[in-house]
Amino acid sequence: MDTLMTDLKKQIVEQLNLQDIKPEDIGDEQPLFIEGLGLDSIDALELIVLLQQQYKIKLANAEDGPKVFYSVKTMADYIRANQPKNA
Amino acid sequence: MLQENNYITSSCRISNHTIYKNGGKIFEEKNIVFADFLIAAYAYFNLNYPKFYKMDSLSKLGWLASEIVLKDTFKAENYKPADVGIVLANANSSLDTDLKYFESTKEFASPSLFVYTLPNIVMGEICIRNKFKGENAFFIQEKFDADFIEQYVNNLVNNNILQACICGWVDVLQEDYEALLFLVEKNKTENAIAFSTANMNVKNH
Repeated sequence: MDTLMTDLKKQIVEQLNLQDIKPEDIGDEQPLFIEGLGLDSIDALELIVLLQQQYKIKLANAEDGPKVFYSVKTMADYIRANQPKNA
Repeated sequence: MLQENNYITSSCRISNHTIYKNGGKIFEEKNIVFADFLIAAYAYFNLNYPKFYKMDSLSKLGWLASEIVLKDTFKAENYKPADVGIVLANANSSLDTDLKYFESTKEFASPSLFVYTLPNIVMGEICIRNKFKGENAFFIQEKFDADFIEQYVNNLVNNNILQACICGWVDVLQEDYEALLFLVEKNKTENAIAFSTANMNVKNH
């Protein structure tokens, strides 16, 4: 079990107030936007805040957003690659 | 003076943790905070609109009142999207959410709160839900001014700018709140009453 992805699913549900979705219902590679969880542009901004708040990571390039936030797995990969050593 | 030829075909009042439709009590849940009351009412009426949870309190209140005022009365098939509009007023604008947003800026400014820092967003939520594309307006007034609403809405309807209008009062500041919505239509339906200042000011809506 990947703890980071499990944590991320809980944090996404809480941060985005997805009260009708359980964290365990979100697939690791399920698209978060449009055909997946149906998140919108405001949710995308909330995910950027989540990265900063929880993982001290600032999205360096806004154009990377669609790739970084494609799924829980791509978010976890980005966090692992960019998380400060002392975070 | 404008001719009194439009009708209130449905009304909804939400106040003091109680919901009334056309004057009859349809839901009550005391001894909980306002935010929980809104969620309890949403669940009770099986409204199934996940975006409800993301709305601020003003939008939740107005959206909930609109669902109730339209239910079993409004016949969407009788109207084109641009036929139906919304005219609302309140005293506290979006101050309830403005304060919450200001608090959030002390740490991380919340995008999802920011988008509700205007009072007219509640009308957008109602329009999105029902695909209404007609004229809408939101006024800030000290208290509910039925005479003003009557004149404004009659002007829109009698000039064929709108064929139907949701109008009234939706106000929230922390635990103080009230919604009073009316569905105004040209055609008289069963139990409809004249759209007039006196009828809007009747206490038992």
